[in-house]
Parts: sequence; structure tokens; C-alpha cells
Amino acid sequence: MNQDNPTMPDKAAAFDQRDRDWYIDKAVQAIVFLGGISAILFIIGIFVFITKEGLGFLLRDFSFSEFFLSPWWEPTDEDEPTYGILALVAGTASVTGLAMLVAIPFSLGAAIYVGEFATGKKREYLKVLVELLAAIPSVVWGFIGLSIMNPLIIELFDVPVGLNVLNAGVILGLMAAPIMTSIAEDALKAVPDRYREAAEALGATRWQVIFKTVVPAAKNGLLGAVLLGVGRGFGETMAVLMATGHAINLPGSVFDSVRALTATIAAELGETAVGSPHYEALFTIGIFLFVVTFIINLSADLIVRGVRNQ
Amino acid sequence: MVSTAENMETTAVQETPKLKVSNLAISYGDTTVLKDINLEVKTNEIFGIIGPANSGKTSFLKVLNRMDTFNSNMSFEGDAFFNGLNTRDLRNLYALRSRVGVVFPLPVGLPLTIYENVALSPRLRGVKSKEDLDIIVERCLMRAALWDEVKDRLNSLGSLLSGGQQQRLTIARALSQEPELLMLDEFSIAVDPVTTMRIEDVLKELKQEMTIILVTNLVQQARRLADRTAFFLNGECVEIGDTEELFTGNVKDERTIGYIEGKFG
Ligand SMILES: Nc1ncnc2c1ncn2[C@@H]1O[C@H](COP(=O)(O)OP(=O)(O)OP(=O)(O)O)[C@@H](O)[C@H]1O
Ligand SMILES: [Mg+2]
Repeated sequence: MNQDNPTMPDKAAAFDQRDRDWYIDKAVQAIVFLGGISAILFIIGIFVFITKEGLGFLLRDFSFSEFFLSPWWEPTDEDEPTYGILALVAGTASVTGLAMLVAIPFSLGAAIYVGEFATGKKREYLKVLVELLAAIPSVVWGFIGLSIMNPLIIELFDVPVGLNVLNAGVILGLMAAPIMTSIAEDALKAVPDRYREAAEALGATRWQVIFKTVVPAAKNGLLGAVLLGVGRGFGETMAVLMATGHAINLPGSVFDSVRALTATIAAELGETAVGSPHYEALFTIGIFLFVVTFIINLSADLIVRGVRNQ
Repeated sequence: MVSTAENMETTAVQETPKLKVSNLAISYGDTTVLKDINLEVKTNEIFGIIGPANSGKTSFLKVLNRMDTFNSNMSFEGDAFFNGLNTRDLRNLYALRSRVGVVFPLPVGLPLTIYENVALSPRLRGVKSKEDLDIIVERCLMRAALWDEVKDRLNSLGSLLSGGQQQRLTIARALSQEPELLMLDEFSIAVDPVTTMRIEDVLKELKQEMTIILVTNLVQQARRLADRTAFFLNGECVEIGDTEELFTGNVKDERTIGYIEGKFG
């Protein structure tokens, strides 16, 4: 370098030399990149795996109209097995729908209280408590559904079984509410205090400030919270298996027992021969679940991200 | 107050100052940042407050419309009377704040449309009809010298305007309250000189309709606008006097002259 350009002072040569810091920087970048990319690899890997396992069914026995429109899930029928998931989709959808009816008012209310009204110690305790609730394993919720909700529903509504849409929906709603609260509260907290002060300085009451300024500003984050809750409900297995009654049914009321997509896979996969049509059909359900939850979570994430970037 | 009103029924209304502050001291935690403030602001005057950074001007304004409640750390002693009512004892602070317009030095465009930013306060006090709101929005934006720049995009977000435009948006929003008292805190900090002059002209007109407290770092702005001016320094009110008197050197405290002439600050 110095020979090419003799007028350049010696120090300038440093611009053209890679020192230890430079290599460390590159190495760290590479490691972090691997960490980041591995998430993508795992997702692709899982997708490839379940697709491979379900492919035989998709190519051989799969009929679109039977799979999505028939309410008969009878994969073990000796003469003529049918693979219709309509009843299972209805089961999952009804439970998730009811769960959202329970969870949305609960979680948004809790988020508004924790984020906007609670102060100091009370707020910190409440936040820890919400995080704790979110960490309760789903089998515990399932147990609550079986041993508390079940007799309660039988007694209150005078129905023969208490394991039904109502039971699972309430359990799932209570289960999804903490995580939704947590995300909704983040969204409210992302609204800068200066907006609240500016609105309050206009003479708006706390309530008016929240509904006319804070909630509109946080609406994407709140929507994202709801969508993540839906995704959670859709993918939940254990609690749903325990609380729905696990009976194939197109539900006519909240007191009907139903069966969920996820619970079907969990309950039946262990009893099928690897590679059998039944086994492959279960994986096809897996593909369907994967695609749906992927879309729900992705849109939730994009919506929440949209807020942050504003 | 009550006894004065009874004794002199006719004159009492005129003589009650818009604002009366007695023995006011303001603290953040244990630190007192302003003390021994005694002053009166008359109805329909422009009252200027000048003083170097940290002298407590912004804190003073915050106490006047009880924004001290936003900050659990902030407290005040002494009293401030608005229309003769002690702001400490008011049972509805929201009503007080809706009668007092404030413009902060750092503009805060609410994350609503430009139109909604200005229509919010009228809506809160119950104006519903679209025509009435349209008229209010246009008039306030005109007065804040912003109408021409935004009239074609009233439905875009107010928080995306430039700094100076947001500043004028907050002025329009304060005017939309139809306040009895308008408090401006260094409103021209982000506004170009030409627009500043336009707003100053509007303020002179607004004096007919409301009382104005003008906190400013530009001493010449105080001279152009204020009827009387107070000089705050390091948490004390050094001097209050007729603006023209102060600027012609007729002062009680030499430090006032020093500040006005730019010797420190
Ligand atoms: N939120 C707060 N918490 C703690 N101290 C504060 C707070 N706001 C202001 N102070 C202190 O109060 C004092 C007065 O501040 P204030 O903002 O009232 O001054 P000012 O006269 O408006 O200054 P400037 O001309 O720079 O705006 C300062 O020493 C400041 O550090
Ligand atoms: Mg200030």
C-alpha cells in the first residue's frame, strides 16, 4: 500500500489490514447467523417430516371432499375406512371460538387494568402473577376441566356429561388469557406516555384517554394478542383432550361433547402401525394444523411487528 | 372570595383575577425547584414568563392545570386559584383542564388523524354534528397557521407531521378547547420565524377572548406580546412588572436587566 501511494502516512495502512477485532466480529456474526437460521431450518425440517409421513395418504387415499366435508372419522372401519375431519374441525373451532369469547374480555380488561390503572408494587405483582398463570402446564388445566368443571357443569346445568364444548372452551379461554394479557399489555405500554398526558391535558377523563387515544394507538398490538390466543387455542392438545369428552360430533350446543384435531392425533398415533393409511391420515391432519397455525401466528406476528415499526 | 362577591356584586366578576397564585412552591421528591411564587394574572391579558433553563417555568405551568397529578414524584405547596377557586379543592379536575389549553415545548401530535386531533376536545365536550366540527377544525387550524399546509390531508396521521407542524397542531388543539386560559410553553421552539410572526399576530387577537400565559426563551417575544412579564431565575420569581417598564430598564432587581440584555442565561 505504502509503495503504491508513497505520500500516504504509515498509519493509513491500518485501513487495509484485518486485525483481531475484525475477525472476532466476523466470527460472532457467523455464529449468531447460524443460531438465527437454525430456527428456519427446524421449521422447514418439521414441515418436510410431517409431509413425508403424510404423503402416502395424500397421494393414494386422499379425497378433498371426503377429508374436509365428511363428518365421519372412521379410520379403523374394517370394510370401508372414512377419513373425514369436518367434525374434528368443528370441534376445534367451536372450542377455540368459545375460548376467545371468554379470553378476549378477560385479557383485554386485565391488560387495561395492569397497564393503565395499577401502579407501583401492585402492578409488578400482577404482572408476575399473569406470567405465572401463563406458565401453568396444560395438563393441569385439563385436570381442572376433568375434576372441577365437569361436576360443576353437570350440577349447574343438569346435563348428563360435563365434558363438552363449554368445559373445554372455558378451560382453554382461561389458559389463553394470561399470554394474551401479557402481549396486550406490552402493546398498551408501547404507547408513549406523552400521548396520555397530552390527551389528559385536554380535559379527557382516564376512560376517555384510554378509549380515544391509547386503544386506537395500540389496536394492532391488541389484535395481534387476540390472534396469538386463537393460535394457542387451535394448537392446544392436552387440556382439550381431557375436557372435550373426546367424542366425534358436529356440536349442536355447548353441552355436546366434541373431539379436537390435535387430540385426535395425540390419542390415536400411538395405536397405529407406522406407514398404515391411518397413520398417514393422522399426519395429513398434522399438515393441516401446521399450515393453519403457521398462518395465524405469522399474521399475528406481522401485525404486532407493524406496531413496533410505526 | 365569597364575601367579596356578596359585598360588591357588580364589580366582583371583573376584579377576580383569572389566576391567583399564593406562596406556591413546587418540588420533585425532596428537591424544591420553585418557591415563594405570588402573582396574579388578569383576565384578557398576556402574561409573559421569561427566565433561563431550569428556572422552573414549565413546572409552574404544570401545576396551574394540575398536571402534577401525572407525576407521583411532583408536589406543590401553597395555592393556585383559577377564577377564584382553589385548584387544590376542585372536585372535577377534568373540567379544569378542559378550560385551560396548554402547548408543550415538545409537540405531541396524538396518533389520530389531523382532523381528529383538533376535533377530539370538542367531541369530548359533546359537539357531535359534523358541520360544527368541520367549522371548529378549520377555524382552529387557520388560527394556528396550519390550515393551508394540511387542508388537503386532514385524514392523515397527526403524529407524522413535521416537528413545526405538530407544534402548530398542538396549538390548534389547545384552541379547539375554547379555553379561558391558554398556556404556551416556548411554542416557537420548532417553528420558523415567519410562521412564528403569524402566530404572534393571532395571539394578539386571541387576547380579546382569553387569558394567555406565555413562557418564552426569546425575551424579545415577551416584549412584543406580553402586557406584564415575570422573570424566573433558579426557582425564584425575581421580578414581575409591566413589560415595557422592564425592557426600558425600570427594574427593581439588577439581575432582570442582566438577563434581558443577555449578560447571563
Ligand atoms: N419530571 C421531573 N422530575 C424531576 N425533576 C424535574 C422534572 N421536571 C423538571 N424537573 C426539574 O425541575 C427544575 C425546573 O425544571 P423546568 O422544566 O420547570 O424548568 P424550565 O424553566 O421550564 O426550563 P427550560 O427553559 O429549559 O424549559 C429542573 O431542575 C429540572 O431538573
Ligand atoms: Mg421548560
